[in-house]
Amino acid sequence: MKILLVDDSKTMRNIQKSVLTQMGHTQIEEACDGQDALSKVGAFQPELLLVDWNMPNMDGLSFVKAFRQQDKTTPIIMVTTESERARVVEAIKAGVNNYVVKPFTPDILNQRITETMSKLATV
Amino acid sequence: MDAGYITPFMQSTQNVFATMLQLQVQIGEPRVKTDRAASYDISGIIGMSGDVTGSVVLSFPTETAERVVSLFTGEEITKAHDDFADAVGELVNMIAGGAKGRFKDRKVSISCPSVVVGKDHVVSTQKDVPCIAIPCETDCGQFVIEISIQDRKPNETADAAAAASA
Repeated sequence: MKILLVDDSKTMRNIQKSVLTQMGHTQIEEACDGQDALSKVGAFQPELLLVDWNMPNMDGLSFVKAFRQQDKTTPIIMVTTESERARVVEAIKAGVNNYVVKPFTPDILNQRITETMSKLATV
Repeated sequence: MDAGYITPFMQSTQNVFATMLQLQVQIGEPRVKTDRAASYDISGIIGMSGDVTGSVVLSFPTETAERVVSLFTGEEITKAHDDFADAVGELVNMIAGGAKGRFKDRKVSISCPSVVVGKDHVVSTQKDVPCIAIPCETDCGQFVIEISIQDRKPNETADAAAAASA
């Protein structure tokens, strides 16, 4: 499965990449903000996106809104420090499929990815 | 500053370190910080805006920061490494994000973090807002969280909301 990691922190991308690698995923592309991600989705054609919220240039929510105009179905998991209920609702309305609050354990990230892909498979 | 803003930072700091680094943090007695100089050599800084405004600084001695960052990233990293500042910034990002999520009935946004590396630097904050320093102790060494935030006046918030909807 092709996964696009969108986070301005290289440290967080590395941590998430490590979890994904342990899960057996090897086709991983990285983007450092929403603009970078938008420029990469066309060529990479991700099957899952993990997207941070607070990023320079284009934040995660703006990216999700822009991406959803061209792709309604590819699952997106928001991975962010934004934990308030109103923020979660805002993200879901924008087209996010699942949500992981930082800090997270590898198990939580693994679990959210698995449940997101399972839900998609049953649709 | 409302004392109710201190506890969320204590809880968030302990949560971030326990979850991402498997490191326990002992919290000391918060105190009002009066000197302008940074507590230590490495400062991760993040701004808050919205119903609560101000700044949060995560300040480490170099040795502690290098140990903490190495634990966080899973590789030996010194302050000269390209990823050192990024890791310190992400720590303060998670601490501030977790703290604001614990504020009651407040809509707050946080900025992208900045990191300063160097001896004797000064982090300037609003002069009329007291800075509360929360000392922290871990097996990697000590560090401090400095919080300089304030509630916006109710009419100020209302004015901003009215301006935004106009």
